[in-house]
Amino acid sequence: MDYVAHDASDFARPAEVEEMELYHPKTFIGKYIWSQDAKVIAVQYAITAIGIGLVALVLSWLMRLQLAFPNSFSFIDPSNYLQFVTMHGMIMVIYLLTALFLGGFGNYLIPLMVGARDMVFPYVNMVSYWVYLTAVLLLVASFFVPGGPTGAGWTLYPPQAILQGTPGATWGIILMLVSLAFFIIGFTMGGLNYVVTVLQARTRGMTMMRLPLTVWGIFTATVLALLAFPALFVSAIMMMLDVTLGTSFFMPAIVSMGQQLDYTGGSPVLFQHLFWFFGHPEVYIVALPAFGIVSDLISVHARKNIFGYRMMVWAIVAIGGLSFIVWAHHMYVSGMNPYFGFFFATTTLIIAVPTALKVYNWVLTLWRGNIHLTVPMLFAIGFIFTFINGGLTGLFLGNVTVDVPLSDTMFVVAHFHMVMAIAPILVVFGAIYHWYPKITGRMLNDTLGKFHFWVTFVGSYAIYYPMHYLGFAGVPRRYYAIGGTNFIPESAQALNASITIAALIVGVVQVVFLYNLVWSYFKGKPSGSNPWSATTLEWQTADTPPKHGNFGETLPVVYRWAYDYSVPGAKEDFIPQNVPPRDVVLSSNKT
Amino acid sequence: MVIAIVLIILIVGSVLFHFLSPWYFTPIASNWGTIDDTISLTFWVTGVVFVAVNLFMAYCVIRFRYRKEKRADYEPENKKLEAWLVGLTTVGVIAMLAPGLAVWAKFVTVPENATVIEAVGQQWYWSYRFPGKDGKLGTVDSRHVSDKNPFGMNPDDPNGQDDILITSPELHLPIDKPVKVLLRSKDVLHNFSVAQIRVKMDLVPGLVTYVWFIPTRTGNFDLLCEELCGIAHYTMRGKLIVEEERAFQTWLSSYPTFAQTSAQAAGDAAAGKPLYAVCAACHGVQAEGNAALHAPKLSGQGDWYLKRQLKYYKQGVRGAHDKDVFGKMMAPMAATLGDDSAINNVSAYIRTLPDNPAPATVKGNANNGQTRYATCAVCHGANGRGIQAMNAPGLKGMSDWYLVTQLKNFKQGIRGAHPQDMYGGQMALMAAILTDDRAVDDLVAYISTLK
Repeated sequence: MDYVAHDASDFARPAEVEEMELYHPKTFIGKYIWSQDAKVIAVQYAITAIGIGLVALVLSWLMRLQLAFPNSFSFIDPSNYLQFVTMHGMIMVIYLLTALFLGGFGNYLIPLMVGARDMVFPYVNMVSYWVYLTAVLLLVASFFVPGGPTGAGWTLYPPQAILQGTPGATWGIILMLVSLAFFIIGFTMGGLNYVVTVLQARTRGMTMMRLPLTVWGIFTATVLALLAFPALFVSAIMMMLDVTLGTSFFMPAIVSMGQQLDYTGGSPVLFQHLFWFFGHPEVYIVALPAFGIVSDLISVHARKNIFGYRMMVWAIVAIGGLSFIVWAHHMYVSGMNPYFGFFFATTTLIIAVPTALKVYNWVLTLWRGNIHLTVPMLFAIGFIFTFINGGLTGLFLGNVTVDVPLSDTMFVVAHFHMVMAIAPILVVFGAIYHWYPKITGRMLNDTLGKFHFWVTFVGSYAIYYPMHYLGFAGVPRRYYAIGGTNFIPESAQALNASITIAALIVGVVQVVFLYNLVWSYFKGKPSGSNPWSATTLEWQTADTPPKHGNFGETLPVVYRWAYDYSVPGAKEDFIPQNVPPRDVVLSSNKT
Repeated sequence: MVIAIVLIILIVGSVLFHFLSPWYFTPIASNWGTIDDTISLTFWVTGVVFVAVNLFMAYCVIRFRYRKEKRADYEPENKKLEAWLVGLTTVGVIAMLAPGLAVWAKFVTVPENATVIEAVGQQWYWSYRFPGKDGKLGTVDSRHVSDKNPFGMNPDDPNGQDDILITSPELHLPIDKPVKVLLRSKDVLHNFSVAQIRVKMDLVPGLVTYVWFIPTRTGNFDLLCEELCGIAHYTMRGKLIVEEERAFQTWLSSYPTFAQTSAQAAGDAAAGKPLYAVCAACHGVQAEGNAALHAPKLSGQGDWYLKRQLKYYKQGVRGAHDKDVFGKMMAPMAATLGDDSAINNVSAYIRTLPDNPAPATVKGNANNGQTRYATCAVCHGANGRGIQAMNAPGLKGMSDWYLVTQLKNFKQGIRGAHPQDMYGGQMALMAAILTDDRAVDDLVAYISTLK
């Protein structure tokens, strides 16, 4: 061997168990509707998530229109406004991002990347999607019940979530809670699959420390979700009991609108603890898959190994672990014991260290790379820039003292959109441009892709960067109209209008992306099996798109880590994971 | 390549925006300058990282962009470099966290000489309570809350008898005196937030929370609720007026103690009858109203509301705006009522008059109006009878032409814009949702159908 590669060996352990024959469906319905193929389920998840996400996008336009041009639209009254805000947030966080990253990318990529024929429990996996779809339909149904959907804010804080004076306090909130319960049940079925598949169904030679970071990100996020969602589940059940049976889990003695209510002794702050015990890990449930995926995009398109793979893995695990002990930083001014501030500010700022390390390593991967500015790479760079901004403003809000004047202002809205909306969505787009050729066998159109990237990246920065300054100026969030105050300058309204215009443009341009998805499916350039010259197993399948069972006759055997790009001495600038060292073609001009 | 240039433009643009933006913290008016200092510190640390890391990335993209003949380096890791980066980041984090926690230690430690007062939140109003001469606030319980006892004072607690009850969203505080504000909510979560003071804290039903501060500058500051509390959240506004001790004492002494409010005699209808004779000339003997004279119906209206409006007319809070033609006619009439007891008596008399619905005169589409009324119903009641606890007068069966005039006045800033009109400002924000005259007519047409 006259080349050096990290973590490569000619040895692969023999198989421990014999392969079982998969059941191959014969009918259209079996293949595409009641499908047990993780790849089909992934597409079902993705289409549903993107579909409901478009609803949430339109809701965001409506709320932005109201903020920019208050009292100009007769169809936006204070109730509608709060309903738009609530449903936009809930859909985007749970029904779009969580479902798309785990149900969509998780289903498609985990089996292919670990070298498995499918998820380990295909039937449960199928049911997972249909339960998720039920949750989405319940959510949509709440738009059509008397009173409309809940307008309690996506955090659903009691007591107001279930009292008159909040839109949707009769039917909307009940459907919301039931829908969440369904979502969590569906997710648990899928999530157990992802975890067990990663732990038990990796192909020979695929050690945990040879997994692509995409799998590490999705795997860790799934573990977080399995631990965090139960907190939301129980709080949804408890609130449901408060609504329907008149229990008082979250409801103290209350005089509402001049009426004494029968509740007594409950604690609204308890709900907030439960909610954020779920809600903070939720941020990382969305962020960790994005971290993982973007690491792979950068590495592939910079033709260079991801810098500091082991540190990247430990950073993902450390962030995941820490994410369970930072939740109350959402509650600094909630009325909880203020002494908690010391603990949670400290843990929160500690989490900045592994997160910063990930950013450094992404950028250091570019250092001395051979950077192809493909559309996925553009999105990856856009992600890093956006994430740096959103991550740094997190240091404002995480540091308890600094949080106080900024809490509940537009600064918070700007921060979390930057860090957990725009940043992950840029990764989603990058990932779709990257893996679409594998899913369909055709490339997405490059020109449309670049146009889509530029408007989305620059446009969303134009939306959210200035929004921080509305927060500094003291503009509160969740305000239907700011009206007159004696401390917010009039010009804030002009800024609001410009933000709305940017938001409308960015929103409309997503049509170009959808068009590209459809057009390229029929007319796109055929991609071949490995258009990006990538090393990971999904690009080494016998067929593109991969058939049911993924790998044809024999499962691949893994001999090296996922990042053998530009290995000195090798002819090609990438060595797939399933190429044993003895088969590596050496460069001809080597002396 | 383009992406690198765009990144550099965005970096430079962001920094310029920061320094040139007119949108920044309003000047501080409290002792919490240390909070501002930690923010500046955080800005410097994060700003340097933002510029440095992004510029480095832009540099990489330019320097290492794809060249056919080139090959990337192969460098799986560099422990030394990674250790350095972790170390530097840790130092930066400590540099921000340590001062932050030091300030927080002050935040949670209330000085012993702080005056303890209470701010009470409800959907969608503020009110306040000061301890009386004994310096102690009496106990309260939400089970005691009623229209007569809006603060829920415990009537058997001697400490509470001299508590001063401020049933107004306007809070006055003396300058340079530390104050601890206990925060209590009657219904849902609210948030006590004054931008110039920098501190904020939620009000949680079932708990008492607090903030403390020292006002250091006289002035008139907005108090906003910053925790979503329902449909009218954005209208839940109060005022904090910081003034010299003497002015503060004068203000405080203008409010009654709990003992005084409970001893307040109800109005005497018999004594009010002769006073009403003046009113009857326009409003009618039965207070049924007279559209020709622009005098609305009064019978059936809550006496608490009539009293407040009469006081506003007397004080020039209503009927002072140039464009409020008919309000200006009412103002001198209200001035003929000598004192509060006259106002109480005449209101009590009006209350005894029969409540026959005024005839419907406004043409509009009641179906459209019904959708719009959903917002109004939250305070004024689904049946339009008004809810005293919400400071919302009755609408059902009142003169519909008058409702139209008032909604338009609210919209145009003719009514509700006076700084002393404590509840009118809220209605002005609400009336703004009626985008045109037709919306007003539709709404009022629906109100006329309420039974």
